[in-house]
Amino acid sequence: MTVRVIARLDIKGASLVKGIHLEGLRVLGRPEEFARHYYAEGADELVYLDVVASLYQRNSLLDIVERTSREVFIPLTVGGGLRSLDDIRRVLRAGADKVSINTAAIANPQLIRDAARSFGSSTVVVSIEAIRKPDGTYEAYTDNGRQSTGVDAVQWAQQAVELGAGEILLTSIDREGTGKGYDLELTRTVARLVPVPVVAAGGAGKIEHVADAVTQGEADAVCVASLLHYAYVRERGSVAADEGNLEFLKSGRAFSKIEPASMPQLKARLRQYGINCRPENAR
Amino acid sequence: MRASGPPRAAIVDYGMGNLFSVKHACEFAGMRAEVTADARQLLAADAVVLPGVGALGDAMEALRQRGLVAALREVAASGKPLMGVCLGMQLLMSESHEFGRHAGLGVIEGDVVRLPEARVDGRRVKVPNVGWQPVRAAGAAAGEPVPAWSGSPLATIKNGSFLYFVHSYVTQPADAGLALSTTPFADGEFCSSLARGNVFACQFHPERSGAAGLGIYQAFAAAASRSTAQ
Repeated sequence: MTVRVIARLDIKGASLVKGIHLEGLRVLGRPEEFARHYYAEGADELVYLDVVASLYQRNSLLDIVERTSREVFIPLTVGGGLRSLDDIRRVLRAGADKVSINTAAIANPQLIRDAARSFGSSTVVVSIEAIRKPDGTYEAYTDNGRQSTGVDAVQWAQQAVELGAGEILLTSIDREGTGKGYDLELTRTVARLVPVPVVAAGGAGKIEHVADAVTQGEADAVCVASLLHYAYVRERGSVAADEGNLEFLKSGRAFSKIEPASMPQLKARLRQYGINCRPENAR
Repeated sequence: MRASGPPRAAIVDYGMGNLFSVKHACEFAGMRAEVTADARQLLAADAVVLPGVGALGDAMEALRQRGLVAALREVAASGKPLMGVCLGMQLLMSESHEFGRHAGLGVIEGDVVRLPEARVDGRRVKVPNVGWQPVRAAGAAAGEPVPAWSGSPLATIKNGSFLYFVHSYVTQPADAGLALSTTPFADGEFCSSLARGNVFACQFHPERSGAAGLGIYQAFAAAASRSTAQ
């Protein structure tokens, strides 16, 4: 079995952004351009998450999905603010392969069952954003880590799978964007519990963290954002974006806790750790 | 016969799966692609793709409700290129054991069975089986063209090429000689593609398998062009 290395692109309006703890967003560029680059350098999948997910920006997301799907031929998961079967149908029609649901699924778990029945279980990724509590348990949050739910994240993972989730996208809010590494205990607990694949997200600051998520966290796949984004920003050396906070990019500074790594560098090192990865994008 | 032009692919719409990824891959390969639930359009097209993810019983019911079962059997018998992808491969089989027994389209004699529960190195092997896996055949070294694949849509890829899978069930053709490739799972392997005449079916998703997958769509488009010319 190969471990999937998934590039995660957080989207606000027409821009790729990156935050810390899912907040304090910085504009990095156009998502399609980053998507094309990651496709060319051998990413196994892409995830687009609309981090603002306001309805008036939805058409912008659908346009980005359609443009991406026409030129990037690897699986594309789209999430953020999908509330109904109609919302899901629209992103699939734009060319998404899977959808990721969080807030709406916690509000209405039946949505998971209905979506799995309508579009197939493997199309439905349930995204769980967890915060570790002082007693060592984890609570699921919604609305990009802003809204407490009182739901135990681990039990929710199990319930989501029983309802028909084909995969769990598991993000540690505590670690997200910090560069301190994935929450390995959270990842391992959920990965051992559920029979479906678990995708670890949130916290990778260097390649070793990604390896740890697989070897110690027992993740079936890993989501990587900052490492890749900062490597590409550095490689490209210029910025193209329409809106938002460009100061960070103009300053030319990278986030100090992140050691940028391109997809080929990342996969080469993972192989050195004995982790099976798909080779480059070739026939 | 119509005038020349890009071959027309009909993509069968029965409500499930990543139809639009398939459409984009067909268009990339130079075909005009139409997502349709109209039996007449399937019969008029130069080539037909039966895609899908999800449960086979629901999918057969959806095909029945849309009146597409007879049309798909007719396409299979017509000699024009027909490609079944993932659930579409499973639908072509005669039997399924998913949630009880279901009859498939019966184009290919054989069963559809669930992937076995297994552990490797103490860890449970996850189902659905999601990810990039090698597609292999006997008779050629890894990285080399496979002689048995020439003339099939796999002619464009190398032995051991990695393609993208997402599935919980696999097919077991009654005639093992129809299998074009196998792919490892846990400590065994399954039939990852098969061909019989104009019918090609694969468990992987070529439309989501990067350059290797696009090569398969290009070979399919070439077969559609030849079929049009006849």
